[in-house]
Amino acid sequence: MDKMQAPDLYRVMRLIRRFEERAIELVRSGEIASGIHPCIGQEAIAAGLGAALRRDDVLFAGHRAHGHLLAKGTKPGALLAEMAGRVNGVARGRGGSFHPSDFGVGVYGCTGTVGHGAPMAAGAAWALARRGTDRVAVSVFGDGAVNQGALLESLNLAALWQAPVIFVCENNGYATTLPAERGIAGSVPARALACGIPAASHDGMDPETVHGAAAAAVARARRGGGPAFLEFRTYRFEGHHTFELTAGLRYRSAAEIAGWRARDPLVLQGSRVPADVRSGIDADVEEVIEEAVRFAVAGNRPSPAEAMDYLYAAAPRPSRPGTLIEVR
Amino acid sequence: MPLLSYLRAINRAIGDEMSRDPAVFIMGEDIREALTGTTVGLLGRFGPDRVVETPLSEQGVTNFATGAALAGLRPVVEYQIPFLLLLVIEQIANQANKVSVMSGGQASVPVTYLLPAAGWRPAWGGQHSDQPYSVFGHFGVKTVLPATPDDAYGLMISAIRDDDPVVVFAPIGAHAVRCDVVADDLRPVPLGVGRVHRPGTDVTLLATGHLVHDALAVARELANEVSIEVFDPRTLYPFDWHGLFTSLAKTGRLVVLDDANRYCGLAAEIIATVCEERHLLTMPRRVTRPDGAVVGCVPELDVALQPSRAELVAAIRLTLSGG
Repeated sequence: MDKMQAPDLYRVMRLIRRFEERAIELVRSGEIASGIHPCIGQEAIAAGLGAALRRDDVLFAGHRAHGHLLAKGTKPGALLAEMAGRVNGVARGRGGSFHPSDFGVGVYGCTGTVGHGAPMAAGAAWALARRGTDRVAVSVFGDGAVNQGALLESLNLAALWQAPVIFVCENNGYATTLPAERGIAGSVPARALACGIPAASHDGMDPETVHGAAAAAVARARRGGGPAFLEFRTYRFEGHHTFELTAGLRYRSAAEIAGWRARDPLVLQGSRVPADVRSGIDADVEEVIEEAVRFAVAGNRPSPAEAMDYLYAAAPRPSRPGTLIEVR
Repeated sequence: MPLLSYLRAINRAIGDEMSRDPAVFIMGEDIREALTGTTVGLLGRFGPDRVVETPLSEQGVTNFATGAALAGLRPVVEYQIPFLLLLVIEQIANQANKVSVMSGGQASVPVTYLLPAAGWRPAWGGQHSDQPYSVFGHFGVKTVLPATPDDAYGLMISAIRDDDPVVVFAPIGAHAVRCDVVADDLRPVPLGVGRVHRPGTDVTLLATGHLVHDALAVARELANEVSIEVFDPRTLYPFDWHGLFTSLAKTGRLVVLDDANRYCGLAAEIIATVCEERHLLTMPRRVTRPDGAVVGCVPELDVALQPSRAELVAAIRLTLSGG
């Protein structure tokens, strides 16, 4: 790790942390109707992985994806507007917090069907290689995804066809409320190793560790070395979704949460940055976040007349007798 | 004049599009050996990078195609059994078909899903003989069901060129159909436009897929009794309401002949919409498989479960009598 990158990683992590904290406030105030799946505690993975990728590399993520979009280069205001259902959102508000995409920075989608982005990433990677580019594709998913058939199928396809895809498992210990040890037989990396894909488990609370592992896998894929699988052990400090703020679920103990909070990755990375630099970054991030909130809440909500817009890319579009809303 | 077979027409369409556009490729099970007949000769012409033989991983392969499409290619994915399309309904309807709207128009997924063997083949078992096309229309996925070789060619071309996901159902019952056509006369057939196979004035007989040929046979058989207009929507979604209403404006009567199950089937949707939008002279009728029919267990029973010409004649006479 180049020492020059320590503040950069910290900046991205600080941005993600403050973005999510501010977003939770906007959930509480009703601006974000869906609620969100906060990634607080998992910022090291997004920052370390994002630093290993180029803007033109492709990323597919899942429902807990805000951090990955920000690390890939999505503008915070456009993402926040997206989450608030505004037309100035990065996907005109149609993706929301759960399914945002930003093709301009290579984020091709966030699927709510857990694990099903993995075969999409494999297919995109295969296509990019077939088109003669050196771009890679990444699939990010949680521990809940590793028992999905489509994901397991994609490991086989990627290995068979040596697609330049990196599978990234953010193992935060819980598939919603199901502890990983009650859901996963064997180990996570073993699933990829069974297909002949290099796979290992790493500390997901240290962004420099994440970056090192991700950069090696990306470089290997870029030069034609095929797929890789990275498991990062991490923890979400908040609930699965903000509904836990009121749901009162008891699947995690206070002691367990406190134990992981003591390993806060933002504190770790902050300790690698001189105090004056860190406070400068913190002040910058506050400005960025406030500007993002201003941008988001100032955005227009879509008109009901636009409810059938964007359903199809091409004619023919259905013209339904008796339907008042025109399909465009 | 050379006779073009149904599957040869699909094979020719895929080959023509792969020649025209290097982004087009086909993937599926057993396609190197051209098990279904649609990929005959393509491996030699285009090589294994564009005739991609897959393991038995339908869900993974379907999402793989979505990813490849988002990265700039135009996949054609072949499935061997009708219900496999329901194994991947999530991947088609909930993933591929929602990319356009959920991305706010940033991207779309130009994938063609090809089922070369839709419907019943004698003694192929109770899990191989279904017609699940109505489901795709329900979810707003563009869906075509060509009845003739020239339409199979033309709709396949348009499906591949369309920037949205399109499902192509090729009914087994139409595989034996040949048509007199020379290759130079084959044309793309636009999606969403029906075809009047036979003009008539007394009743519109809307038939789909291979049943178009039964409809034409019955129309000829009853020619001295009634003037039947045979209308084939060709595309099941988006549906050619304009074409159907134009026909009904002439005839004022409607019989729908469709091979899918009756309850919540395509025929139900067509009749419901017509009843909402047009005053018919008599009550419309439909001839379909029964509610929830399981076809494929025993040939004798299978024939009884599928729409017959006798049922069709009875439905037409009932409609004419106003009963």
